[in-house]
Amino acid sequence: MRGRNRLRSIVSRRGLLLGTAQGAAFGALGLQLYRMQVLDHRPYGALATENSISERVIAPERGIITDRFGTVLAGNRRYWRALFMAVQARDPVKVVERFAHIIPLSEGERSRIDRDLRDKRRFVPILLKDDLDWPATACIEVNAPDLPGVFIDAGFVRVYPLAERSAHVIGYVDRPTMREVAHDRVLALPGVRIGRSGVERANNEALQGVPGIVQTEVNVHGSVVRELDRSHSKHGATVQATLDAQLQVMAANSLGENVGAAVMLEAKGDVLLMASSPGFDPALFDNGVPAEIWSEWLQDPRRPLTNRATGGLYAPGSAFKPNVALAALDCGAITVETQFLCPGYLKLGDHVFYCWQHSGHGKVNVISALQQSCDVFFYYTALATGIDRIARMGRKLGLIGVLDIGIPNTALGFLPTRAWSRKRRLIWTKGDTVVQGIGQGYTQVTPLGLATMTIRIATGRAIRPQLTRAVGQTLYHEGGDANWPDLGLDDRHLAAVRQGMIEVVNTPLGTAYASRLNVPGLQMAGKTGTAQVHGLTAGEEKANYNDASLPLAFRPNAFFIAFAPTDVPRYAAAIVVEHGNEGAACAAPIARDLITAALSREAEMPSAPAGTIA
Amino acid sequence: MSTLVEYRPYYLKSFRLARKFLRINWLFVIVTCAVAGIGYAALYSAAGGHGEPYAIPQFIRFAAALIMMIMIAMIDIRIIAKCAWPLYAIGLLLLVAVWKFGHVGLGARRWLDIGGLHVQPSEFMKLFLILALAHWFQRASYERVGNPVFLIAPVLAILCPAALILKEPNLGTAVITMTVGGAMLLGAGVRWWKFAIVMLLVAIAAPFAYHHLHGYQKQRILTFLHPGRDPLGAGYNIIQSKIALGSGGMWGQGFLHGTQNQLNFLPEKQTDFVFTIIAEEFGFAGSMVLMGLLFSMVAMAFYTALRCGHQFGRLAAIGIGTNLFLYCFVNLAMVMGLIPVGGVPLPLVSYGGSALTAVMLGFGVLMSVQVHRDVEFAAGDD
Repeated sequence: MRGRNRLRSIVSRRGLLLGTAQGAAFGALGLQLYRMQVLDHRPYGALATENSISERVIAPERGIITDRFGTVLAGNRRYWRALFMAVQARDPVKVVERFAHIIPLSEGERSRIDRDLRDKRRFVPILLKDDLDWPATACIEVNAPDLPGVFIDAGFVRVYPLAERSAHVIGYVDRPTMREVAHDRVLALPGVRIGRSGVERANNEALQGVPGIVQTEVNVHGSVVRELDRSHSKHGATVQATLDAQLQVMAANSLGENVGAAVMLEAKGDVLLMASSPGFDPALFDNGVPAEIWSEWLQDPRRPLTNRATGGLYAPGSAFKPNVALAALDCGAITVETQFLCPGYLKLGDHVFYCWQHSGHGKVNVISALQQSCDVFFYYTALATGIDRIARMGRKLGLIGVLDIGIPNTALGFLPTRAWSRKRRLIWTKGDTVVQGIGQGYTQVTPLGLATMTIRIATGRAIRPQLTRAVGQTLYHEGGDANWPDLGLDDRHLAAVRQGMIEVVNTPLGTAYASRLNVPGLQMAGKTGTAQVHGLTAGEEKANYNDASLPLAFRPNAFFIAFAPTDVPRYAAAIVVEHGNEGAACAAPIARDLITAALSREAEMPSAPAGTIA
Repeated sequence: MSTLVEYRPYYLKSFRLARKFLRINWLFVIVTCAVAGIGYAALYSAAGGHGEPYAIPQFIRFAAALIMMIMIAMIDIRIIAKCAWPLYAIGLLLLVAVWKFGHVGLGARRWLDIGGLHVQPSEFMKLFLILALAHWFQRASYERVGNPVFLIAPVLAILCPAALILKEPNLGTAVITMTVGGAMLLGAGVRWWKFAIVMLLVAIAAPFAYHHLHGYQKQRILTFLHPGRDPLGAGYNIIQSKIALGSGGMWGQGFLHGTQNQLNFLPEKQTDFVFTIIAEEFGFAGSMVLMGLLFSMVAMAFYTALRCGHQFGRLAAIGIGTNLFLYCFVNLAMVMGLIPVGGVPLPLVSYGGSALTAVMLGFGVLMSVQVHRDVEFAAGDD
């Protein structure tokens, strides 16, 4: 018992000790707090003011996008809007009420304002009414004394003169997401937009500009006393795209209601036009796409939001043959002189592969096989070459692989290889290789890839497509096509393939003779492609269906690739018309018209901006 | 000398409810409500002058916890003492459960989902540890406390949960748990020189332990030593909270007018950094009022301990008071940049359920000690 009593007093002593120590610790904290809050008030206080000043940022004006001649493709239109800072009003709801009296607000706007009033901090301006005209703006200014906290903000809205005709390649801008705002506070400013696709996205940083800062003297309650200093915001740089607005419009118009894409490259690598049909109105994204239009876009089977020129994957049909021919020549599977007999079909085991011309082409070499698009010749050639070599040549020619033009969702394209088929546990038969020879089967390429292949065959150089010509005063990739590295292909092989493509357009036996150029002294070379998307069933075969009588979705896709002039190639184009039936009839005329326009434009603008910024 | 001399059986000694009710330390309850009220204002301001999403839910939780606290105060302290070790076992099991299949949040496995509620068992474990230790030393004599063998069990009882919490990883709470345990051993009369040896060992082991800390914990220690090292990264919290404190001045910028707070410069300001809001908007004066209230609660806990007739109540009250003190001290020192940052909330003020409930549970036990300060533990009662 004595021990316990002795312990009791010890516990009491220790308890007192602990309590005193803790009190002392609190005292020390209090002293430290006094030092930080009262003695050091000024330095920290100044820092805090600095913070609140740097918050007052003015959004920069987004840079414009022009074509190679200076035509505006994406610009800004000035507009006014009313903002409201709730902290400056005694009764914010009443002020909104009075505002609605002057400027009618829709039901949706009212509920959004109520939501903003509830959720946003009272320091952050909220939007009352967007896109005011000048009289409405004046009306608000006149009533300013009744509307404390309401102020007019002049802003810009993005406009696209070519609208849906350049929507995919120029892209569109959109409001930043919450996550992006958390990453970069400048994006929280009203009016700042982010490029989401096309050139808007590829050059977003240059277009964005640098925000300006207004230094204001702020009293203890955070309201502005006076403006001290203003560093102006720096407008975004003007981005000059390599496009030619006139050709772009023309391409979009000639695709018309068709679903398809057109790409035209200059020998330097400049993308002169990149059209995808159907299009969409890119200006709608600026303030949020209305829900019904958005769902309409999403439900449209033609997928208007997809940029088919860079993201559309197709089996190119016969337009693939120049690649097969070069692969075969390069590895020695065939020579320029090699001839195969085309009886109209190739029998492989118990399967028969027909030539498109069932009566056969007789003896053909690589040039005449390209000219007449003989399928049997390329069946043999593909078998002799093997899919690995065909895929390797496709990569070399830029048909597949990375073409970094800065546009998001650019598809890489795909050509099958043996390693891939092993990995997928496919049993690769000779028949699979045969259809590879005429660009069917697993082959998947983009129109941009086709155009790149064409310009590389035409020039023999590893040209990469470019979409940005200049940013501000800085020109990109100066110089001509000679700056691009040589592909390292035998000139005789290239000459043979080019000769075949020339004969496609310029000889009566060629598949696109009807689409030869009507420009004196200049010739175009090309290759047609007609890729089936639907195997005819036995019944249909029997009933002697032809392609034109099939339902639209079963009709073949039409392709045409072309370059011109034939002596010193300067332009290359690739046209795809989905379910267009025949490359020669549907796609080739479009290519001819576009190349004719490009050639005649050369004459119109002899001083086509060689090294200048328009 | 014990205050109650004559022995009466347990059933005769239990009070009627109304009498118990009056014996509650109502000043303590009022101060608790005042601190919670300051917390409500801070959370209201943190949401930019709105009750949602912090202030109103927190107020509802506090109201529920207050009722729970009064109810616990009515429970006989001897019953609570009987539950001490079972509760400790449950707490330990929950910690193991967290370790095995806890909810991962912010890089740590601290939460457990029980019926849709996020529970942080480490908060409750501290209280259970206090009760268990108080129970262990309840009947100890001076000689027994001096016996090192007698101390093996309590030391293990401290280290087991501390290790599990450290594993979560939650360095802050683990250190607090060990410190509370240490303070209770000290309060129970363990000899000074034993503490000196442990201190020495810790000092030797510290460099090795630093090696095994997680990357973010090392980061915090380094940032604490040089906040300017990475002003936009790990040092951001400390710098911004220092600015907020400094901009408050003597009288503050005014309610809802704290620049740092309203402009959203402070991350996690509704939880760990809630003090900065009060310091910025109500200045040094407001901070001192809050700190004074908090300290008066600690002081009242010790007062309860000293007035209590039985060893269990004294030690429990010392433990609960020390726990409250450590919460406040670690949080405030962290906000002032005196010690490395480590997820410790400010009791009753910070937004969050587990910490509030655990603290109020502790207050309930404290009030029970206060109400039952002169009951006698029968020989067989433990």
